[in-house]
Amino acid sequence: MSVVLEEIKNGVIKLKPAIVKEACERALAEGITAQTILNAGLIAGMAVVGEKFKNNQVFVPEVLMASKATHAGMDVLKPILAESAVEPVGKFVLGTVKDDLHDIGKNLVGMMLEGSGFEVIDLGIDVSPEKFVKAAKEYNANIVGMSSLITSTLHYLGETIAAMEKAGLRDSVKIMVGGAPVTAEYAKQIGADGYGKDASVAVEVALKLLQQ
Amino acid sequence: MTRTVLRRGSCEVIMGPGMPTVIIGEKINPTGRKKFAQALLNGDLSLVREDALAQVGAGADMLDVNVGAAGVNEVELLPKAVKLVSEVVDVPLCIDSSNPDALAAALEVYEGKALVNSVCGKAASLEKVLPVVKAYGAAVVGLCMDDQGIPGDVDGRVRIAVKILERAEQLGIPREDVLIDCLAMTVSSDHMAGRVTLETLGRISRELKANTILGASNVSFGLPDRWSINAAYFSMAIQSGLTSLIMDPNAPGLRRIVKATDLLMGYDEFAMNYLTDYRQFTEND
Repeated sequence: MSVVLEEIKNGVIKLKPAIVKEACERALAEGITAQTILNAGLIAGMAVVGEKFKNNQVFVPEVLMASKATHAGMDVLKPILAESAVEPVGKFVLGTVKDDLHDIGKNLVGMMLEGSGFEVIDLGIDVSPEKFVKAAKEYNANIVGMSSLITSTLHYLGETIAAMEKAGLRDSVKIMVGGAPVTAEYAKQIGADGYGKDASVAVEVALKLLQQ
Repeated sequence: MTRTVLRRGSCEVIMGPGMPTVIIGEKINPTGRKKFAQALLNGDLSLVREDALAQVGAGADMLDVNVGAAGVNEVELLPKAVKLVSEVVDVPLCIDSSNPDALAAALEVYEGKALVNSVCGKAASLEKVLPVVKAYGAAVVGLCMDDQGIPGDVDGRVRIAVKILERAEQLGIPREDVLIDCLAMTVSSDHMAGRVTLETLGRISRELKANTILGASNVSFGLPDRWSINAAYFSMAIQSGLTSLIMDPNAPGLRRIVKATDLLMGYDEFAMNYLTDYRQFTEND
C-alpha cells in the first residue's frame, strides 16, 4: 500500500486531524483517487479504532477524536467525491427514540457508519415515530436505526416499527435497534431486522442488511 | 435555610444547606439490568426486596424505587414494589416513574411524605405530574430539561429550574419540596459537561435557594477507572451546594468519599457521621 495511505490510516488511529487533512491533500496530488483514499485510508483507520473500542483499548473521547480526524479528511475528499458522484454504500436514518435524550451510543454508531461509507441522516434525540417515518420517506433510506437507553422508552422501538408498517415502508426499509436495555431477543420480538450490541457490531449488521 | 423533610412512618430524613448529604440508593431500577427487568416482567419482586435490604444495610438514607421495564404494567407493579420495600426497610422512598398514573397509585399506598421522581420543564410533564405531587403532599425532583432538550449552558438550565419552581409554587407546592436535578452528563463526550452541571448547582443553591439532587454516576460513562472520576465529582458537587445524591451505596469507597466531604465542608459535627460510617463498614470497604 502506498505510504501516504498508510499515513492517513495511522493519522486516524493516532487521532491527528491535521495530519490526516494534510496527507489526504497530498494523496490527491499524487493522483490517488478519492474513493481509494476514503476506503484504504479513512475507513481502514476508523475500523481499527472501532475494534480497539470494542476491546476497551480506546475510550469514548478517543473515538470522538478519531471521528474528528476522519471528518478532517472527508472535508478534503467531499468536493471530489461529489464530482465523481460516488454513491454511498447506503442511506441510514438514525435517531434516539421519543422521550429519550441519550445520544453517545447513537453518535458512535453514526460515526462508525459514516466511516464505513454510509450516508447518515442523524435525527438526533427524542425522535417520535412520525419523525422516523417522515425521514425514511424523505431520504429514501435503506435502513432506519433506533436507540433506546432507558427502559421507560423501550416501547417506542416497537411503536416506531408499527408506524413504519402502517406507512407502507416496512418492505423497502430495514430496521435496526440498539441501546443498553435492548437484547437480541427483544429486537426479534418487536420485529426488527437487526440488533447491534455495540457500534462496531451495528456497522457489520448494517452492511449485511444491505445485501439482503 | 431551605429544609426539605421526607418521611415514612416514623423515619424522617431532613436535607438542606449545611447538613450532611442525603444518600439515595439507586439500585431498584431495571435500566441496564436485564435479570432485574426479567424478574419484574414475571411479577417477581424478590430482587427488589434484596436490593432494598442491601442498600439500607450499606448506609442508604433513602431508596429510589423504579420498576419501569418494557412490558411492565407500572400502575399495578409500582405500588406493590413500594409496599414490599416498606415492609423490609424503614427509610423514606423516592418513587420513580415517567407514568403519572403509576406515581399516583404508588403514592396512594405510601404512608408519609414521599419524593416523586420526576417532573421536568416539558409542558406535558408540568401539567400531569405536579397535580399528583400536590394531591399527595409529596416532594418532587425537578429536572433541568424541557421540550427543547437539555440546555448545554448554565443559564438555560437555571431558567428551567426557575420555571419548575414557579409552576410548583402556583399549585401550592413550596420551594423546599422541589429538589432541582441539574443533570449530570458524561464528560466522555463533552469535557465541559461536568463544569456546566457544577456551576448550575452553585447558582441553584445560592440564587434560588432550592435544594438539589443528582444522579451523579453517569458522569464517568465511557471512560476507564470510573471510580476516580465519580469520587472527584461527588466531592465537587457537594462543595457546589448539592444536598442529595442518587448513587449506589454499595459501590466500594464512594459512600466514604461523601462522608469525608461532608466532614470537610463542616456538615458533620465532631465527625460523628464519618466515624459511624467508618466503624460500621470498615470490614466491607
